[in-house]
Amino acid sequence: MEKRVTFRGWMLPLLLIAPQVVVSAVFFFYPAGQAIWQSLFIPDPFGLSSQFVGLGNFEFLLSDPFYRASFATTAIFSILVTLCSMIPALFLAVIADRLIKGSGVYRTLLIWPYAVAPAVAGVLWLFMFNTRVGVISWYLGTLGYDWNHVLNGGEAMGLVVIASAWGRISYNFLFFFAALQAVPRSVIEAAAIDGARFWRRFFTIVLPLLSPTTFFLLVVNVVYAFFETFGVIHTITAGGPQQSTTILVYKVFSDGFVGQDLGSSSAQSVILLIVVGLLTVIQFKFIEKRVHY
Amino acid sequence: MKKSLIGTLLAAGTALSPLAANAETEVQFWHAFTGRLGELVKAQVEEFNSSQSDYVVVESHKGNYSETLNAGIAAFRAGEQPHILMVFEVGTATMMSAKGATKPVYEVMAESGATFDPSAYIGSVKGYYTSTDGEMLSLPFNSSTPVLWVNRDAFEAAGVDPDRDLSTWQNVGETLDALKAGGEDCPLVTAWQSWIHLENLSAYHDVPFASKDNGFAGLDTELMLNGEAQVAHLTAMGEWAKDGKFIYTGRRNEGGANFRSGECALFTESSAGYAGIKAEAQFDFDVRPLPYWEGVGNSPQNTIIGGASLWVLEGHEPEEYKGVGEFLAYLSSSNVQASWHQNTGYLPITAEAGKVTEAAGFYDENPGTDIAVIQMTAKEPTANSKGLRLGSFDQIRGIIDEELEAIWAGDKTAQEAMDSAKERGDALLRRFESANK
Repeated sequence: MEKRVTFRGWMLPLLLIAPQVVVSAVFFFYPAGQAIWQSLFIPDPFGLSSQFVGLGNFEFLLSDPFYRASFATTAIFSILVTLCSMIPALFLAVIADRLIKGSGVYRTLLIWPYAVAPAVAGVLWLFMFNTRVGVISWYLGTLGYDWNHVLNGGEAMGLVVIASAWGRISYNFLFFFAALQAVPRSVIEAAAIDGARFWRRFFTIVLPLLSPTTFFLLVVNVVYAFFETFGVIHTITAGGPQQSTTILVYKVFSDGFVGQDLGSSSAQSVILLIVVGLLTVIQFKFIEKRVHY
Repeated sequence: MKKSLIGTLLAAGTALSPLAANAETEVQFWHAFTGRLGELVKAQVEEFNSSQSDYVVVESHKGNYSETLNAGIAAFRAGEQPHILMVFEVGTATMMSAKGATKPVYEVMAESGATFDPSAYIGSVKGYYTSTDGEMLSLPFNSSTPVLWVNRDAFEAAGVDPDRDLSTWQNVGETLDALKAGGEDCPLVTAWQSWIHLENLSAYHDVPFASKDNGFAGLDTELMLNGEAQVAHLTAMGEWAKDGKFIYTGRRNEGGANFRSGECALFTESSAGYAGIKAEAQFDFDVRPLPYWEGVGNSPQNTIIGGASLWVLEGHEPEEYKGVGEFLAYLSSSNVQASWHQNTGYLPITAEAGKVTEAAGFYDENPGTDIAVIQMTAKEPTANSKGLRLGSFDQIRGIIDEELEAIWAGDKTAQEAMDSAKERGDALLRRFESANK
């Protein structure tokens, strides 16, 4: 038996969804349409003339081994950022949830990093790991480890992952913390009476009950890693060394805004749109099945 | 789409800037200078504004070189472009092919009736910004050329004679060995690796960097940076990097901090590094000409410039262009140029400004400050040393940077890296060619 509320006539419902439709049309459909249209041309930077090339931009991109490599870089980066921002957040949320006194203070402190803009976070981490004056690279040096993210691609990737994940831990913490508070005490107490210890209770009861939140955060964090980490990468590595931290979005920026190649940049946006669309579909189709609401 | 949105925002920002007093015609000037250089530009503008009452030049800083160019392009697309836009030498080909967006400087000067004598400008500076039929398209503003900076105290500390001959890379190689053996941790560091160790290296040895006279003779140019001379130099640099004699610090001028703090012994950097080094260095330093490989090509030929020029954009009133002409004439005047040259280490753009500087005894008081000028002007430029005119050059430099990093990290040989740079760069040149047919 499905419960259904229906409107009489169609004017009111239309009016009610109109703001959302308008916002989506202006800020999403129109730019996306423009990107698709522009991806078929090679325009000159000033917009004085442009040449129709059909799918030429896509052909140019997909035949570029560096562009294809950028997919792998993006995948590694997104997975690492998602893991590094969700696992510590969950851990901190569990610890903070157990506190009886002062949890408000911890909560506030843990949320702080979220207020730091990605570009600023990038500069902060860059400063700490600066190969010449960085505090952390200096300590690593005294331990005999020569930190040089300027030449070492792995270290550069590590650094952008940490800097991107750091601010995100706060965001994820908030959601996990709220979800933990919503876990019914009675269930946990019952398990405790049955003799289940803390971590056992956590894995068999709490974690499954957190699954809707975890799933939501998974989707949101992957999207974050794809699109919003641009500022961090721009300030720390600018995509280098070689192309070890050039993720797809960064390439859209550098080709479009540095290289003035708007055709290729638009084609990349279109490809990105498809990739993220597919990813979201996959997430909802396969992972959501394992989520208990 | 994103671009035009940003353009609109920029335009809105400009519209909100304080309006000039009544009858004065306003001229917008967008530049890329901050810090000391920003102050000097501001001072120039203020002096011009107070010297007459018909025009007011409004200067605004729009970020680094790339960002300033982008801001200008975005503003043009939104129809809110400034009158004068500072564009770095790398963007020259982009601006030149944007006919209809730019108004050539010779035309602006002729229409405004301001004093303008193209022959007053130094040939090797002017050549970079002049069309194939000899017309000056943009006004050279800040031009520099790479030189070798020496930390004399670091030499002494490593037990190496600071006065030894560093004119050739062969000698520099031996010196690096000696410095390393003497306990120096950072014998050599560089800024702007592609500009100094490839673009200038090619010009200095009179070997081509790209076909078609480095792009001057046509858009169908191809990179030739994988030639013998370039690969030999990069192989040597790669060896030095492996042995810890050349320290890589980054793609731009990050190395400047290492040198100015006294950490490094030798530093290849623009002559315009002078202002910063003079202000910060707590050690005895001197300037030498950029080294060359003895016996390679026709070395030493001349080095080429880096820096920026001022482009005038289309779409304004004739009256405003008159103001632009007046301002550009003021900037080219000998006294303004001479003090700019002395304060910054940038080259004087007119021969007259050089003479004024010499007459004032500046070179005697500051030995080495004339080395850049001599290095640029000692020989008549050849087709290989006039400069570079390549489309998408900012991106190509990015590719070169990546490939050079592969050499420094030991992932690729110099030959492999440069072959790959050529292949990737050529693909971009072909795209640029088809976009600007």
